Amino acid sequence: MSQISVRVDGVDYVDEVEPRTLLVHYLREQLGKVGTVVGCDTSNCGACTVHLDGEAVKSCTVLAVQADGAEVTTIEGVGRDGALHPVQKAFHEMHGLQCGFCTPGMIMASIDLLADNADPSEDEVREGIEGNLCRCTGYQNIVRAVQAAAAEMGTAEMGTGAQA
Amino acid sequence: MIPAPFAYARPTSVDEALQAIADGGEDVKILAGGQSLIPVMRLRLAAPETVVDLGRVAGLRGVREEDDAIVVGAMTTHSDVIADPLVQQWAPIVAQATETVADRQVRHRGTFGGALAHADPAGDLPAVALALEAEFVIAGLSGRRTVPAVEFFVDYLTTALEEGELLVEIRLPKLAGTWGMHYEKFNRVAQAWSIVAVAALVRREGDRIAEARIGLTNMGPTPLRASAAEAALAGVPATREAVAEAAAHAAENTSPSSDLNAQADYRHHLAQVLTRRAVIAAAGL
Ligand SMILES: Cc1cc2nc3c(=O)[nH]c(=O)nc-3n(C[C@H](O)[C@H](O)[C@H](O)COP(=O)(O)OP(=O)(O)OC[C@H]3O[C@@H](n4cnc5c(N)ncnc54)[C@H](O)[C@@H]3O)c2cc1C
Ligand code: FES
Ligand code: FES
Repeated sequence: MSQISVRVDGVDYVDEVEPRTLLVHYLREQLGKVGTVVGCDTSNCGACTVHLDGEAVKSCTVLAVQADGAEVTTIEGVGRDGALHPVQKAFHEMHGLQCGFCTPGMIMASIDLLADNADPSEDEVREGIEGNLCRCTGYQNIVRAVQAAAAEMGTAEMGTGAQA
Repeated sequence: MIPAPFAYARPTSVDEALQAIADGGEDVKILAGGQSLIPVMRLRLAAPETVVDLGRVAGLRGVREEDDAIVVGAMTTHSDVIADPLVQQWAPIVAQATETVADRQVRHRGTFGGALAHADPAGDLPAVALALEAEFVIAGLSGRRTVPAVEFFVDYLTTALEEGELLVEIRLPKLAGTWGMHYEKFNRVAQAWSIVAVAALVRREGDRIAEARIGLTNMGPTPLRASAAEAALAGVPATREAVAEAAAHAAENTSPSSDLNAQADYRHHLAQVLTRRAVIAAAGL
């Protein structure tokens, strides 16, 4: 066993893990953070996407020991004070999901994309979420949701700027 | 599935890492970004006794300038390579090819050195390194050695790295400015590996092509140079017609596989088409 210290969704944890434990299993089984799901065995689907020190990664392709000392954000930690994150809200409003299995990963990848590119074109959104597979929606409404969220987040930022 | 149990070492220097590899037993695996290794361990296609994680080894991450080369640390992630100003200035084809690798999540973890050491024939960076005539700096318990790209890629998933050795950095000559360069990749869907891809570098002298270097991805068990096409391009007028004629030689002496994605004869065809496109772009035509 190895000891790790991680901060997950704003809470500090110190835990013993086997070196072979995947980050996603640590999150789900040891911390009970079941918002992050596993959709494949091949690192392709992106359903398990979380942020590791601010960058989107596939948590099924990271060992928990590699996250020692790092900060992890899961879908459970993106909302603030009980309110949905703008990207969560946009997926809800634009019908960016059907069964919802891909949604946690889609949202985490989209937040990561918007941090690099605040106003992505349709093609840029599609490329930005190329690591995430959806079996239901056909992606149209997911792309719309990400663009709607970008617009809202842009406006919100301008709002703050004007007040300052 | 989850990996089989293993002992885990997390060295903080190259010397410690080499010692950990030496002490790790029969089957030791080096862990870089883990984006190729963890999937095969999860499928139990690999079940190493010891995993030596390079994640905390100081000095293996980042890009620096050294005379007529830029030096990329083996642990520099794909996303850091893409954003690096030295790479963009001196070897933009490396950034261009790296942008086509996998997806954002994989690029945040996967490393330049890991992709080269893994030497997957469908991997995008080996052919680029071969066309650039990059040099590989390898560390072992008995010291360091430098291996040219042409000797680094030995066979399918096999490199000049000996047991117990570590790839520490890769030297890329500063060719941009005198050479034009372009990476042309063909794949069917997002996030997929290359069916075939071509890395082309072209040096022009006025309205002629003086020299060309062409690296082929997935046209054999290792990345290959399209030597016949390179010879045919030397000295020809810099026109689309002359390039098209020379590019027809691109698949000579290659031995691509036939698999679910493509038959060998289709890969031969693709190599010619993609070489034409890549050389035209690299020559600015
Ligand atoms: C979904 C998906 C899609 C992908 N698509 C592409 C693609 O389109 N094109 C592409 O080129 N790649 C692709 N990849 C692979 C990706 O580029 C990996 O990052 C890369 O192959 C391995 O790099 P790594 O740092 O993750 O290495 P690891 O997985 O950590 O290691 C890979 C191998 O190299 C060895 N190794 C690593 N570093 C060193 C070192 N410094 N010295 C000695 N040995 C070392 C390891 O022991 C291991 O055997 C994809 C991967 C995934 C999961
Ligand atoms: S579970 Fe499919 S990529 Fe992680
Ligand atoms: S909504 Fe069902 S997989 Fe995307």
